[in-house]
Amino acid sequence: MIRSLLCLGVAALAAVLLALALGSVTIPPLGLLDVIQGEGTALHRTLLWDLRLPRTLAAFATGGLLAVAGALMQVLLRNPLADPYVLGLSGGAAVGALLAMLAGMGTLLISGSAFAGAMLATVLVFGLAHGTGSWTPSRLLLTGVVVAAGWGAVITLMLAITPSYKLPGMLYWLMGDVSYARTPWPPLIVLALSIVLVLPLARNLNVLARGPMQAAALGVSVRPLEWTIYILASLLTATAVTTAGSIGFVGLIVPHMLRLVLGNDQRIILPACALAGGTLLVLADTLARTVIAPEQLPVGVITALLGVPTFLYLLHRSR
Amino acid sequence: MSKLRTRDLVINVPGRPDGYALNMDIEPGQTWGVLGPNGAGKTTLLHTLAGLLPARSGRVMLNDTPLAQLKRRDIARQVGLVFQERQDSFPATVMETALIGRHPWLSPWESEQADDQGRAQQALALLDVDHLSNRLLNTLSGGERQRVAIATLMTQNPSAWLLDEPTNHLDLHHQVRVMRLLRKQANNGKTIFMCLHDLNLAARWCSHVLLLYTNGDACWGPADSMLKSSALEKLYNQKLITVEADGAPVFVPVSS
Repeated sequence: MIRSLLCLGVAALAAVLLALALGSVTIPPLGLLDVIQGEGTALHRTLLWDLRLPRTLAAFATGGLLAVAGALMQVLLRNPLADPYVLGLSGGAAVGALLAMLAGMGTLLISGSAFAGAMLATVLVFGLAHGTGSWTPSRLLLTGVVVAAGWGAVITLMLAITPSYKLPGMLYWLMGDVSYARTPWPPLIVLALSIVLVLPLARNLNVLARGPMQAAALGVSVRPLEWTIYILASLLTATAVTTAGSIGFVGLIVPHMLRLVLGNDQRIILPACALAGGTLLVLADTLARTVIAPEQLPVGVITALLGVPTFLYLLHRSR
Repeated sequence: MSKLRTRDLVINVPGRPDGYALNMDIEPGQTWGVLGPNGAGKTTLLHTLAGLLPARSGRVMLNDTPLAQLKRRDIARQVGLVFQERQDSFPATVMETALIGRHPWLSPWESEQADDQGRAQQALALLDVDHLSNRLLNTLSGGERQRVAIATLMTQNPSAWLLDEPTNHLDLHHQVRVMRLLRKQANNGKTIFMCLHDLNLAARWCSHVLLLYTNGDACWGPADSMLKSSALEKLYNQKLITVEADGAPVFVPVSS
């Protein structure tokens, strides 16, 4: 099992190197080595250190955050098809971000507004689902789906009344775009901290996946654990959305694919999600930058186009 | 060794009057069977004894300490439960399932060691499902899954075993095998408390019996004093014929 994590780690490193080398100007492997050693041409150095490395790291962190958040939500709701996006988190974030864009605010305020929107959506869904005190997965899921539909309507309304010159930026944000990332450090730090925090809980999550009663009978304090997971997954999603807009499918597909291959031990799945989610988004972002270079595609389109067929194939093969 | 005692316990069956409060002493070495019609509150009682449901009034004591004052983890080391219904939303193998029984015994950073693996392997063998240990749970038959659930409890190794209809889905041979296993565990000092629908299994293997009526009435005591056909006919609202076979009474429902 450690070996599969090592493999994923090597794959992640390879993906990062590929992302650093490829782009509108391709840096050959030797050039890459030169730049890492502090030599190389000024162009290569600028490309690597100022442009590609921050963007690649941001993509890696975002992908990792989304995949881990997805895996946590799936255990919480005991539904392998749950996803932070299904619960309306991205909708709230999108409304926040679009409001900031409509008001003509800068990137930092857009990020802040998106984060606030995601957290508002979390509180809203949780508050509504909690309602009379019973908090069942199906109720949480349904509340999330309905609230997400509500956010969708608000987004459409906002797009309809927006002056057309502002529309492209908004659409790119809605489809997810890593070029919004200013610095990769906040999401990277959040990702690393969350893995450290969640690993000692991983065996509890294995038991929780068997249902809350069984978990309680095996000594798990179910309610505090569920709260922790919900808040953590929300924070991870909010951080990811704030970094790179709303990117779908990573949180759904990466944990599911890993489960089909590695089984459902969260002690393996959670770190594997961080690595594989990061790798997937780095590759998707590299494609998005290069496929019609110098033009760029929103990375969310790529993750959906890559993710959906892969998911269907794995599902088809598994039974 | 764990002693479970109920003091003026009224279980919380929604919309039912309080009925008769339970004052049972469930001792190590005893094998209890709970009999009653559908909806009498057998499962609710089991969950209340495990501390998973709050009682309407009264207390459950585990070795002189009220259950409500104990941490979940400490309860799980002493009291284990086989549920009647199980969720398996995610695929898991038989071995992984048995190993979650070790959960209350491991600290957050610990993982299962060879000793834990050995216990799980041994439990699976005793329940005759060791040859399935790499199979996915959702590919097993109902009876095989039931045996895996009992093996999981055995791997957990609490001193009090609560079982909700442990012979559900089992073929005749495995019903007897499971009942013998439970009786043997009781002889080794475990406390066994289970819900049953089969009067004859209760008559054969239980040392004590609790009769739970739909209206909340209850009576309990040594099995031979409880298993009287008049009481059982009233319990199930069903006429019975009693015959004797293999040293135990056998109850057969009258067809008319």
